[in-house]
Amino acid sequence: MDAFVSTYVWPAAIMIGQSLLLLVALLIFIAYILLADRKIWAAVQLRRGPNVVGPWGLFQSFADLLKFVFKEPVIPATANKVIFLLAPLVSVTLALATWAVVPLNDGWVIANINVGILYIFAISSLEVYGIIMGGWASNSKYPFLGALRSAAQMVSYEVSIGFVIVTVLLCVGSLNLTDIVNSQHDGLGTRLGLPASFLDWHWLSLFPMFIVFFISALAETNRPPFDLPEAESELVAGFMVEYGSTPYMMFMLGEYAAICLMCALTTILFLGGWLPPVDVWFLNWVPGIVWFVLKAGFVFFMFAMVKAFVPRYRYDQLMRLGWKVFLPISLAMVVIVAFVLKLTGWSA
Amino acid sequence: MGLQALFFYLFAFVAVASAFMVIASRNPVYSVLFLILTFFNSAGLFLLTGAEFLAMILLVVYVGAVAVLFLFVVMMLDIDFAELRAGALEYAPVGALIGVILAIELIIVIGGSTLSPEIAASAAVPIPPVTERTNTAALGDVLYTNYVYFFQLAGLVLLVAMIGAIVLTLRHREHIKRQDISRQVARTPETAVEVVKVKPGQGI
Repeated sequence: MDAFVSTYVWPAAIMIGQSLLLLVALLIFIAYILLADRKIWAAVQLRRGPNVVGPWGLFQSFADLLKFVFKEPVIPATANKVIFLLAPLVSVTLALATWAVVPLNDGWVIANINVGILYIFAISSLEVYGIIMGGWASNSKYPFLGALRSAAQMVSYEVSIGFVIVTVLLCVGSLNLTDIVNSQHDGLGTRLGLPASFLDWHWLSLFPMFIVFFISALAETNRPPFDLPEAESELVAGFMVEYGSTPYMMFMLGEYAAICLMCALTTILFLGGWLPPVDVWFLNWVPGIVWFVLKAGFVFFMFAMVKAFVPRYRYDQLMRLGWKVFLPISLAMVVIVAFVLKLTGWSA
Repeated sequence: MGLQALFFYLFAFVAVASAFMVIASRNPVYSVLFLILTFFNSAGLFLLTGAEFLAMILLVVYVGAVAVLFLFVVMMLDIDFAELRAGALEYAPVGALIGVILAIELIIVIGGSTLSPEIAASAAVPIPPVTERTNTAALGDVLYTNYVYFFQLAGLVLLVAMIGAIVLTLRHREHIKRQDISRQVARTPETAVEVVKVKPGQGI
């Protein structure tokens, strides 16, 4: 009995505790990310943004949560009820499930698996199902159009995201996310004789890929200027037209969890994860989680700024950018990076 | 060990049950969704045997790309299901034949490795233990050395299939305004704007 408790019950309890802790922290973070998104958008347009609930509007997201939860969920009569309710669940579950492998600090990860980056890539390629199922099950025109657009868009941009990840993996030599961050201890800067600093991170040595990844991440998470699936000026709200109250909130939650994941992934792949920007004692003394959150927050700030001042793409332009611009660039970069690593012997 | 067996039976049961539902459900969209569930549980079975790379690739390729296209097509189709099911029995002999051939092949493979242990031993040689070398690296070791020609050949076959699909569906329609981005970007005020001085009361 003791052996059973020590081999199964304790590890399971610890893992569940860690997961709950991460989920609560993540959900609170998402609440403030949502508020930050609206505040930044408002600031760019010279508005105040939400400023009524709590000091400086800090409790706005929680007020919105209560509002959504207490509304009556309306299911259209012609909708396919099972899939209609399954769609937001799928969307939010998958978006939160990816966080199991994200390392927030050295060793701060729930599941430190060998194929971490592939796991994230696999699960985030499934997020399209929430949207397709929601659009189809609503059984009306706009949601279906939104779902079709979204499916084509997410599948297209996954291709270039995959190749960007391959170039990073070529430089690192491991699919483990912790290894990817640790490999950025030394890089371009240290090869030139400089001390360890932010110049070693992959954003500089793989700069074109950093840009391609950032833009593809916008398209993959359906953020403006690529928010065609929910383009309010043509499709009302796209695949979410028929949704209200809690199911709608779950779609939003899933969307923002996916956005936070893309920010975290950009931080891990290109911005050195939890590593301090310069290797000096007082910056090393700051806990790694602080650097991680600061970097992810900076990436989200760029996401929010893009939303505020870039107009929406037309659908054919979106497809052209994905297939005719990003795919050739990232394919060529895979070959170039492989050649450079082979010829210089820098590969891990 | 008990936990592993429990998960094996869970994944195996759900995989077989959802595979049955793929052919049994009336709505083709449900069929595709059950197919996705089957893929998911097969990935779980791969994970239990320690083949983590194959499990993730199964998810990325089949669930993330192929099944999305299935779902895409099935949702767009407007099929009369009753009519479709009426003719299903005609194909039963062909299906049974394929099933029998698959079963015989499986029996040969499994029976061969149990009857003569040396076959199993020779097949297990190139696979290093998971603790020494990760799946991904071990696959790369053989795929890009011993089997590099087959690997390239498989890629070429896929490329030909892709080009074939594009050739079959590509139509150049006349009288359609196309956007040429490079021409738009190359425009300058000199080529795009004509400044005309119009005198009052004359017009152009």
